Amino acid sequence: MRGGLLNRRVATVQAVDDVSFSVAKGEVLGIVGESGCGKSTTARLLMHLIAPDAGEVIFDGEPVGAPHGITVKELRRKMQMVFQDSYASLNPRMTIVESIAYAPRMHGMPAAASRQRAEALLGQVGLNPSQFARRYPHELSGGQRQRVNIARALALEPRLVILDEAVSALDKSIEAQVLNLLRDLKDRYNLTYLFISHDLNVVEYVSDRVLVMYLGRVVETGPVDSIYLRPRHPYTRALLAAKPTLDPDRRTKHFPLTGDPPNPINPPSGCRFRTRCAFATAVCAEHVPALAPPTDGEDPWHLVACHLPEAQANTETAHAR
Amino acid sequence: MGEVTTLFLPKAADASVSAQAASPGYWRNVRHHLQRDPITVAVTLLLLLIIASAIFAPVFATYDPYQGNILTRLQPIGTPGHWLGTDETGRDLYSRLVYGGRLSLLEGVIPVSSALMVGGFLGIVAGYAGGLTNSLIMRTMDVFYAFPSVLLAIAICGILGNGFVNSMFALSIVFVPPLTRISETVTAQVRGLDFVEAARASGTTTMQIIRYHVLSNVLGPILVYATSLISISIILAAGLSFLGLGVNPPSAEWGVMLNSLRQAIYVQPYVAALPGLMIFVTSMCFNLMSDGLRSAMDVRLNT
Repeated sequence: MRGGLLNRRVATVQAVDDVSFSVAKGEVLGIVGESGCGKSTTARLLMHLIAPDAGEVIFDGEPVGAPHGITVKELRRKMQMVFQDSYASLNPRMTIVESIAYAPRMHGMPAAASRQRAEALLGQVGLNPSQFARRYPHELSGGQRQRVNIARALALEPRLVILDEAVSALDKSIEAQVLNLLRDLKDRYNLTYLFISHDLNVVEYVSDRVLVMYLGRVVETGPVDSIYLRPRHPYTRALLAAKPTLDPDRRTKHFPLTGDPPNPINPPSGCRFRTRCAFATAVCAEHVPALAPPTDGEDPWHLVACHLPEAQANTETAHAR
Repeated sequence: MGEVTTLFLPKAADASVSAQAASPGYWRNVRHHLQRDPITVAVTLLLLLIIASAIFAPVFATYDPYQGNILTRLQPIGTPGHWLGTDETGRDLYSRLVYGGRLSLLEGVIPVSSALMVGGFLGIVAGYAGGLTNSLIMRTMDVFYAFPSVLLAIAICGILGNGFVNSMFALSIVFVPPLTRISETVTAQVRGLDFVEAARASGTTTMQIIRYHVLSNVLGPILVYATSLISISIILAAGLSFLGLGVNPPSAEWGVMLNSLRQAIYVQPYVAALPGLMIFVTSMCFNLMSDGLRSAMDVRLNT
């Protein structure tokens, strides 16, 4: 964070700290967490929109930015992103077909061919090109704009698409349509998705694997069924239990997790969740828990960052302090 | 992509916008709103008239602006043959005002145009690059900002000497900092918008992004501000000439005329005030036009 005279460094926010994961080709990795946990920052770091302080991105076995690997520019051909705000993501002065055709044209495709591809993509995402091609973003609804954003992300024929809260701002019915569209496109073009969201239901519906983040760190990761049926980290359990029940006879009385996450400028030492965790002990304050298979030995693909076997095994929710 | 199969999903839920012809472009929309605003139209017509009279001065003027008859000096307004009176050496005031428009209008437009090119460029670079480049450019501009524009213009003219070219140069320098500042502000705002990030994420070069995404969104506000600077430029240039630092007599220029008619203010006050009136009217026209432009551009964003 910079501020004051001459923009000095006033404080450092560790938005993302020691986050490592891999995404297999053709899968959908869902990233969940509260607002401010670093999900969007992770996405931007992957795309190199923010310069990382440390770490590397390896795409298809090739490191990005290294002399023998691929350049950032090449990475951006293979990896694209759809943002949350559908209106701000589009240049208000360009027609949507121009917006979609922009990237291919800048990469060397002739203008007519890129326009044709843009119109074809508009058809693919469900917007009739003869009706919509020459419209401006302010003439479309939110759902239509998000389709345009998806079409634009596909214009460079990427292999991986990062969807940063891409459906969060849409009405539920539109959201369902767009999710179906995303699934169709994934099947058609053999895409891999990184689906970032705070909506647990959507992530469960869409993902193959899930990554749970808290305050800039990964706390749990594993196959979606394993995470949702048997969450092992107290935070994940609390997150899942925070969903209001649909049964009026069993209303949620105790909220499993209250309060806000601590200030990311001054995070708690050791495990960052310990200030809100019912199981926290002294060791939690001293050592950062490593992401490892669970202590009970089952589900080796399900990794948890927690020191305490009893916290992992507990099936009740972790109540707030 | 292989086979292209178009997929028309049912649009029942989001068919809120009916099928229509392509929307007119942004600038056409702006022009549409400008035409509907009576003040802007009136002011623009008046300005066009002044500009036309300056360009076609020999057609509009009735006398040679440099020839005067001492015997008929300082005639009042309404004198037959000199409908706006004569100045202190007997030259027809109307003709001198018409010819004076040439220099005065140039003094409005030239400094702003050149400052726009330099300041606009610097501001866009500073706004887009951020960081050290931004600090370097903007803090340098702050140094110039510390001087009031009149004093800065006088100081530079004092160093370089008087004359039309020197005063144009001085005024250009005076206008570079404000134009840089506004370009930087607007560019920095646009730079933070998602579509610019999306453009960066598509792997295109900085120049391409600036050309296609930043410029079109940034030029509007900059242009509005630059238009409002024209009126200030005319006034400042007239001031410089009034002080003897700009154009020299016997050239016809409104500031010079104000200076030379200064002594006549007790004899023919209305005649002496006429060049000032011309400066006022022209400046107001540019100002109101700039306001109208700004409103037209804002209205577009509200539709």
